[in-house]
Amino acid sequence: MKFGVWFCILSVPFNMSKLFALLDCNNFFVSCERVFNPSLRHKPVVVLSNNDGCVIARSNEAKALGVPMGAPFFKCKELLQRHRVAVYSANFPLYGDLSGRVMQTASEFTPELEIYSIDEAFLHLDNMPEPYEYVKSARETIRRHTGMPVSIGVAATKTLAKAANHIAKKHSTDGIFCLQDQETIDRWLRETPVEGIWGIGYNKGDFLKRQGVLTALQLKEMPDAWIKQNLSIGSLKTVWELRGIPCLESQDNAIDKRAITTSRTFAKEVTSLEELSEPIAAYIANASEKLRSQQSVCGYVQVYLTTNRFKRERYYANAAGIDLTPPTAYTPDLIAIAQKLVKSIYKPGYGYKKAGVVLSNLQPQSTVQDFLFEPTYDSSRRQKLMDIMDHWNNRRNTAKVFLAAEGMGQDWYNEAYKSKRFTTRWDELLEINI
Amino acid sequence: MAQVTHIFNVDTTLNREFPLYLSPVPAGFPSAADDYLDRKIDLNEHLIKRPAATFFVKVKGDSMVGAGIYSGDMLIVDRSQDPKNGSMVVAILNGEFTVKRLNKKDGKIFLLAENPNYKPIEIISGMDFEVWGVVLHSIRSF
Repeated sequence: MKFGVWFCILSVPFNMSKLFALLDCNNFFVSCERVFNPSLRHKPVVVLSNNDGCVIARSNEAKALGVPMGAPFFKCKELLQRHRVAVYSANFPLYGDLSGRVMQTASEFTPELEIYSIDEAFLHLDNMPEPYEYVKSARETIRRHTGMPVSIGVAATKTLAKAANHIAKKHSTDGIFCLQDQETIDRWLRETPVEGIWGIGYNKGDFLKRQGVLTALQLKEMPDAWIKQNLSIGSLKTVWELRGIPCLESQDNAIDKRAITTSRTFAKEVTSLEELSEPIAAYIANASEKLRSQQSVCGYVQVYLTTNRFKRERYYANAAGIDLTPPTAYTPDLIAIAQKLVKSIYKPGYGYKKAGVVLSNLQPQSTVQDFLFEPTYDSSRRQKLMDIMDHWNNRRNTAKVFLAAEGMGQDWYNEAYKSKRFTTRWDELLEINI
Repeated sequence: MAQVTHIFNVDTTLNREFPLYLSPVPAGFPSAADDYLDRKIDLNEHLIKRPAATFFVKVKGDSMVGAGIYSGDMLIVDRSQDPKNGSMVVAILNGEFTVKRLNKKDGKIFLLAENPNYKPIEIISGMDFEVWGVVLHSIRSF
């Protein structure tokens, strides 16, 4: 146990100052809808999950109206109607595509981008002298290139960067906050309840409060031995991070209720499709295990590849994803689909440096039990596997894949919110009145 | 007036590649020049500078026929480009998309149609106006 922490210290050379920026898309799903529908700007908008009809994203205007996150649609329908809130069903193909664009644009600002969830990433900015101006230009570039508004928090550790991002969202006018000088850090820690710290959460927070540790500052000042004895080595890392010592590895604290991401940078460039397929399968196995451990299934799977971007002349990055109907957590299926996806974006002749998978549109397993026992489940799945190849080779077949997905008993909201797939379907036109 | 009727995401996975033959290919042993056989012409590479910032849109209307943009054409729009005086732009005007020629004159901004039947639109304060992207290419199928 002790070694873990020692490793953290030793892995930071003395002449090197670590710096992390956490980039987080503002109200991501709503912002995606707004990129293609400017009439939604400055208006209350919510996005619903596909199956169970819960609110999974809210614009600031909708938050101000008191629409609760995660509220079942039928419970807040009246409130939404009364305030003429624009309601959208989740459009994961669109969100996945825009996420990829945001990440690709962000990757131009850092030697190492850690994609943390569908709408969050850490940028490594070690030794950056003037991070404020730098992340400001990153933020503006992302906004301009992709239409996505983002907030960026900068600090010496990921845990503090997460906090800085929170401050940027709540209190800054330009969406950026650098939490760097000790006085500001401590002031913020003093004002932050202990459960508000990334990686602490409700249960540990509850325990800590009962022990009299109420604020993040108090937690930071607790002795290591006490933390180890009463919490966990993971919490000790969090505490060290609060003290400004970077300890978190890329997959630590990776709990996202909406998406599970697994990715890795290869030690050596990978060139063949076979060599890529193997890690992709491993990532899927890893991610789907996480998925099942939280009793969830995913309705969308995405695979991405990038080459070493510092070899400019041979840079290639791409991502492909597909809707899953019914949603699944079944590893063999997900692997098979991911293999087809990686094949669709693989280009020979490149040295690939990184690959990853994203499982999103997560839903509780219980909501799809009925689907699992449908007699059509197997045949529809086989159909889908075959369609995936066509999907990327022939645009017209894309519509067929989505049509099949739509035919699965979701008509009740298709009629109400039918503008939701205007970017990926020929037959769902965006109607504009001038 | 030209209006945007569809927006498509760029699918860069769909590479139409055409072999570029630099030398005749006789039977027998290959010439050194045939190394170039591996090089393909990639339309994406030619038309799309920044995939992450590039979107396809479809237009409907006749306001831009003078610029060679006809109803049903598909435009390749690059959001990373700086809109300059004279740029063809996808703009947002009072919450709606349009495609026009951007014109800056005497400190004023106009959106110009390229059809005498349509008047220039002057952007005045109070209007909700934004350039969404710069049109780099138009694709028309015959």
